[in-house]
Amino acid sequence: MTAHTEEAGVPAPTVQGTGDGPERADRSERLSALAQQHGALVTLVIAMVVASLSFDTFLTGDNLENMALSSAFLAVVALGMTFVIVTGGIDLSVGSLFALGGVLAAWGSRYGTAVALLLPLAVCGLVGLVNGLLIARVRLAPFIVTLAAMLGARGLLLAITDEGSRTYLVDKDSFFATLGQGTLLGVGVPVWITLALFAAGAVVLRRSRFGQYVYAVGGNEDAGALMGAPVARTKITVYTLSGLCAGLAGALNAAWLASGVTILGTGMELDAISAVVIGGTLLTGGSGFISGSLVGVLLLKVIQNVINQIGSLDSAYQQVVSGAFLAVVVIAQTWLGRRRRVL
Amino acid sequence: MLSVTGLGKSFPGVRALSDVDLTVRAGTVHALVGENGAGKSTLIKVLTGVYRPDAGEVVYDGAPVSFATPLAAQRAGISTIYQEVNLVPLMSVARNLCLGREPRGRLGLIDFRRMHREAAEALERLGLRVDVRRPLRELGVGAQQMVALARAVAVDARVVVMDEPTSSLEPREVATLFRVIRMLRDQGVAVVYVSHRMDELYEICDEVTVLRDGRVVHTGPLAGLDRLRLVSLMLGREIGEVRAEGLTKFSGGHDAESEPVLRATDLTIRHKLRGVSLAVRPGEVVGLGGLLGSGRSETAKAIAGALPTDAGRVAVAGAPVRPGSTAAAIRAGISLLPEDRKAEGIVPGLSVRENIALAALPALSRFGLVDDARIDRIVDTFVKRLRIKTAGPHQRVGELSGGNQQKVLLARWLALHPKVLLLDEPTRGIDVGAKAEVQALIDELADDGLAVLLISSDTEELIEGSDRVVVLKEGVVVSELTGAAVTEDALMRAIAAVPAGGPDD
Amino acid sequence: MTELTFARPSLDRARLLRLLQDYGVYAGVLVLLLFDVAFTPHFLSVENFRTQAVQVAPVLVVALGMALAIGAEGVDLSVGSVMALSTSLISLYLGYGPWIAVLVALAGGIVVGAANGALIAFVGVQPIVATLALMVAGRGVALVLLPQLKDVRDPDMAALGSGAVLGVPYLVLIAAGLALLTAFVMRRTTFGRQVLAIGDSRPAARLAGLPVGRVLVVVYVSCGALAAIAGVLATARLSASDPTSLGTLMELSAITAVVVGGTPLSGGRVRVGGTVAGAVLIQLLTTTLIKHDLPPSWTQIAQAAVIVLAVYAARERGRR
Repeated sequence: MTAHTEEAGVPAPTVQGTGDGPERADRSERLSALAQQHGALVTLVIAMVVASLSFDTFLTGDNLENMALSSAFLAVVALGMTFVIVTGGIDLSVGSLFALGGVLAAWGSRYGTAVALLLPLAVCGLVGLVNGLLIARVRLAPFIVTLAAMLGARGLLLAITDEGSRTYLVDKDSFFATLGQGTLLGVGVPVWITLALFAAGAVVLRRSRFGQYVYAVGGNEDAGALMGAPVARTKITVYTLSGLCAGLAGALNAAWLASGVTILGTGMELDAISAVVIGGTLLTGGSGFISGSLVGVLLLKVIQNVINQIGSLDSAYQQVVSGAFLAVVVIAQTWLGRRRRVL
Repeated sequence: MLSVTGLGKSFPGVRALSDVDLTVRAGTVHALVGENGAGKSTLIKVLTGVYRPDAGEVVYDGAPVSFATPLAAQRAGISTIYQEVNLVPLMSVARNLCLGREPRGRLGLIDFRRMHREAAEALERLGLRVDVRRPLRELGVGAQQMVALARAVAVDARVVVMDEPTSSLEPREVATLFRVIRMLRDQGVAVVYVSHRMDELYEICDEVTVLRDGRVVHTGPLAGLDRLRLVSLMLGREIGEVRAEGLTKFSGGHDAESEPVLRATDLTIRHKLRGVSLAVRPGEVVGLGGLLGSGRSETAKAIAGALPTDAGRVAVAGAPVRPGSTAAAIRAGISLLPEDRKAEGIVPGLSVRENIALAALPALSRFGLVDDARIDRIVDTFVKRLRIKTAGPHQRVGELSGGNQQKVLLARWLALHPKVLLLDEPTRGIDVGAKAEVQALIDELADDGLAVLLISSDTEELIEGSDRVVVLKEGVVVSELTGAAVTEDALMRAIAAVPAGGPDD
Repeated sequence: MTELTFARPSLDRARLLRLLQDYGVYAGVLVLLLFDVAFTPHFLSVENFRTQAVQVAPVLVVALGMALAIGAEGVDLSVGSVMALSTSLISLYLGYGPWIAVLVALAGGIVVGAANGALIAFVGVQPIVATLALMVAGRGVALVLLPQLKDVRDPDMAALGSGAVLGVPYLVLIAAGLALLTAFVMRRTTFGRQVLAIGDSRPAARLAGLPVGRVLVVVYVSCGALAAIAGVLATARLSASDPTSLGTLMELSAITAVVVGGTPLSGGRVRVGGTVAGAVLIQLLTTTLIKHDLPPSWTQIAQAAVIVLAVYAARERGRR
């Protein structure tokens, strides 16, 4: 009945569960893991091939450059969100923090690049920290805490811009503006920054001890605590990280636009969450990876680009498509997850 | 190595530990025994830094200590293996094994090659060969338990606390576990071993401390203590009493002539049950025997439609019941009192009244509107008949004692006038007085013509309460005890016997 | 809604907290009212009360549905998008007469609710996630149907938006009627009890033979339908369909009203009276701040603070 091996006189406990087909179970397990990991990438490649065959304008340098740039800001937000979602949480405040970060950066840019960068990081990081403290120490539900933070940050944004009527401008010749508008080797600086951040994020999540704690907290919080993972500290860190990422993305965006636009960022939390989930991170926590989120962002942007290229379609279709996409991915995840539990 | 003196710990409304002393010496295996609710779990949680004591002192390695977190205790050398495997199923075996103390290379990054090598070696020392890069959940429960043990050993633990580690292990795995425990003991590690299984205690433990109602009632070497004495210490009853009248309030002996009302045939659930068949007659109590994980609860849940089956039929009074639907089973007259009363039985926030009326609501309402007068009458009847102690029908069930919660659940089912009652551990975690009452009630219900299927880990209860006992092992019916053969001895033999086909078929 | 337990005169901390959770929202409304009567000019006028009531009506209707979802240990983030969808459908179908338009709008809400319910009950997706997907897609569909603001010129809709019986606006009457209906359903029907049992302990409800899936679908369908009604009411009041902005942040206002009203996020309890008071409290708070010339930014920050406080106060109950 069971695969019972004896080696060197050591009775080995059975490893596989009982049943008729450990190998078959194995294969479907691997297949579903593969689907989770690479499904988004395969879809992205297909989408790009189809798009470049259908539209001459798709595979042009300008179009790709534009897509890369507009992806960069959402990608940075999604990076922070990935950490939060792997711990099994959610951060709805990133859209507001993105806008707040942009306004603060634009206001701060008159005092130099350092202030333009550090001010949004400090404020948005602080909001993230408060989120984390309320969630980890006071044990309030993440979605309601970050929903309140979304409102609070938006309020703060209105308060410092005369109720949204004042737009701070960034001096186009300043070094700070170069961070958004400059190019390096023909590629925009924000794209380089984003790539560097993703590389760092991937190393942190995969290769650092903190990363292991993030997975442990999301996979089984109680077990993680009993195994000695600092649960509260890990949660506080990920929400702070998410706040920092949103603030930085806002600042870079302000540098790119050369102004702190107050109406940005509404609905961005949804795009970020969609991108992360499409990229293969389980919303229930405990499983996911950084590179997937980048793929998820690109996929959303390609879809958007295609819808824009069609021209006759309204941009609202973008929302319909990404909502439907999110639903399909979540159903697939739940379904795969349930099959795995049975095994 | 580790000792506590005068330890006390209270929770709102409960005094879990009072004035507990315990001394665990290096190089010994110390058994910690007691009935459910005796305070073992609380004591372990104090030792391992999950709870802080209200009173008393913990002395470890000659100095008083106070662990703020499990991590602090672990760092100091006190590791714990919990009853349920407490690892992260989605993470790889190696990551689980090394969480928090991964080998790190340059730049403080984890050295995965070294981690995998070390993890594989650590598991091989315990006789386990697996691909440590695969997710933990792909392993069987026994193997997962071994990973937990390897984790505990790998931190250079000087004290290892094991809370019922064998409850989900196969005999072969238990043997491996004991080999490791002896190895640890010989290395001078102090082991605290919690288990309900007598054989295991006598096989592996050197000393014993018995807890009852949060107090230490006995401590000393195990060798000189005979089994009956140990049982009487745990139960708080004299030996003569135990022998003379038994421990339960069952009268036993019901009519066994009529046609079966419940007939389950060839119930099969992948990995859990294989072709389980049984029949219960009206007025009969059939016990379902076997160890934890033998498929007892699964059988009951499959009959009640709470677990989807891969094959098999259930029929009540000859009429087939649609499988996989609790609603259909209930309509057919099958009621299940689930094992986990708190999570699956009561609805804690609702009142006694609402809980009793819950399942019968459709029958107690007209056009979707609830008939309050009828509910009040029914609730009143059952509160009186089952002697439910409550401040009133509007008290929340979550505030009642365990025994009364159980009675509320019984009332919920009896209000439906079921034909078949499946009772999964009906007396677990309730106090002695209420236990006797519930047992007497089961007897009475069977006398009234109900068919009862009884599951109990308390063999005494199972033997005395049942007219017949069907014994399960690894999801297969291995034996059926009837008439004079319904004895503890026969049950033990049936459980211990090698199945007909042999272990490797 | 009402708890008839007047035992033990000892006012210990737990009891005080419980009282705060149960009646704090009514006290809050009272305090704000007194403050406004004393310090806000022109507060005590029939016209002002009517304005306040009309403004709170759509929020209240959405909050009623939200209370059901939260009581069943879920949440519905798609309500704002359903309102937008509802207003788009009304504009599109107004040509067939107002009744048809309203029915189509309602059907839209029911479809979204059924999708939510099916995802949650039968696929097993977490409520936040399932309704998030519908939130994104719902507004998208609304915008596809009606890309920009459009005036609604229909005498019947105008009457619904500004008419009144004995001085009480239709909108307020409808909201009050729905609140009473919800309270009745929760207190007197099997469905109400089943919602609470499922919200409190889903495994227990399942083993007790309750039709868990069906009840959950009905809960989310009701929530969608109520949000669609709110969309109709808002459209009538504004005499315009604006799918871009109608209902944005509505999920937040509704959740706030429910939570401030003493319904715990952990499910198993629905306080309809508290939800009404919660919606009124938020409305009064906003009005008070505005009438004292505090900018909208302050209102948002204040609302955020109230949410956190309310969730914090309700927290103890979640731990059993």
